[in-house]
Amino acid sequence: MSESATERTPLYALHVELGARIAPFAGYDMPIQYSSGILAEHLHTRSLAGLFDVSHMGQARLEGGSHAEVAEALERFCPADIKSLAPGRQRYTQFLNAEGGVIDDLMVSRGPAADGELNLVVNASRKAIDFTLLESDLPASVRLIRLEHMALLALQGPAAVAVLHRLAPEGGLAAMPFMAARPVRFGEIAAFISRSGYTGEDGFEISLPADQAEGFARRLLAEPEVAPIGLGARDSLRLEAGLCLYGHELDESIDPIEAGLSWSIQKRRRSEGGFPGAARIQKALAEGPARRRVGLRPDGRAPAREGAEIVDAAGAPIGRVTSGGFGPSVGAPIAMGYVDRANAAPGARLSLIVRAKPLAARVAPLPFHPHAYRRD
Amino acid sequence: MTETRFTKDHEYVRVDGAVGIVGISDHAQKQLGDVVFVELPAVGVKFAKGDSAAVVESVKAASDVFAPVSGEVVEANGAVDATPGLINEDAMAGGWLFKLRLANPGELASLMSLADYEAFLKTLA
Repeated sequence: MSESATERTPLYALHVELGARIAPFAGYDMPIQYSSGILAEHLHTRSLAGLFDVSHMGQARLEGGSHAEVAEALERFCPADIKSLAPGRQRYTQFLNAEGGVIDDLMVSRGPAADGELNLVVNASRKAIDFTLLESDLPASVRLIRLEHMALLALQGPAAVAVLHRLAPEGGLAAMPFMAARPVRFGEIAAFISRSGYTGEDGFEISLPADQAEGFARRLLAEPEVAPIGLGARDSLRLEAGLCLYGHELDESIDPIEAGLSWSIQKRRRSEGGFPGAARIQKALAEGPARRRVGLRPDGRAPAREGAEIVDAAGAPIGRVTSGGFGPSVGAPIAMGYVDRANAAPGARLSLIVRAKPLAARVAPLPFHPHAYRRD
Repeated sequence: MTETRFTKDHEYVRVDGAVGIVGISDHAQKQLGDVVFVELPAVGVKFAKGDSAAVVESVKAASDVFAPVSGEVVEANGAVDATPGLINEDAMAGGWLFKLRLANPGELASLMSLADYEAFLKTLA
């Protein structure tokens, strides 16, 4: 018998104890669902609070002499304005290749007292590539530190803030704005948290030492609003929220403009450039991209899955479905995919080829389910 | 006298005289998770044993249902078409998919009895 090549997160034993169905994902044995199933887990997250183990994701810290120095180093890889990232704030961006294609998408955060430290969270499936890329081209004065001893939990849903506040009443968590980031103590645990997530709900991501993760997860699960949620519902939640998943809506052939992520490229970077693929991205910003990521709503009840061909009203191929399934909160099949610019407006009629038959569908606005992020 | 036989792909056929009721096993519905859509065959369609005859879709994925035996579709279950979750609630009875008039009842001998199927499931664990 050969040893399994998959890794486990610090919560693996807890997932098994909770009755999770485990499957390999991005090199990790991860919980796909628990006993209540994807539909119930999805709806629970939208109505109360869901606990997700996202410890497989890559966490790292960039360290240098000052914020300006570290931000300048990171801006060589990504198109977001990192220099203007204020203390205590988080920003979404992408690592780009020389053609402007997306190597990975990530969150960058700066602690409230940090001057020369940035925290990065990247996708599990891309972390080795990302970190090698950064290390190969960082200036000698900026160091990449992989936070392999840290776990990452996400608590998502309308009750998430009340639950976390109960565990850290002095932490001022309720007042944190969306995309704020800072250290918080939960008793003996020193965590770094951000008010963000990937479900479209209000919620938090909590980075904490791996050896304290199971105990903290058990404390969260003991709260009446909290249920464990697997990757199946994580995927249906992010699809309803219209959010990109690397390897589906994003890859090295897709630029952030056609992916609908131009909002993540701030004004200074658009004019100055200075990131990989800047020429292609500036052109796409000026002229509009040739293809666009869109939402898709099949007319009937049949879902269209990833890979399904998209054809226009005349039957000509115009793109492919990148994610598709059933939206539990929408109560209907939903999908995302890329189509040519002429067919990208909401309401455009097209067909999705499912089991060799055309399934009538229309382009729909994103998100499918309204975002419920904290607004100030 | 009815008799239920199972395939290695987790379909069942419950035979009463010349007609077999086809569905997916309770094990199969548990593996699939929440069923959100089914595509059923039209009455009158003829299948050979092993043909793709229906599709059951969960939140996660689409799964083919293969004809466990050869035959002609004589009825499709409108209740699961309207309420796909019936398959999760009651796969072995109310969650049946379609009825086949058997073309070759001798094929049943190649399928597993309930006891054989339960033993087969243990080998998968």
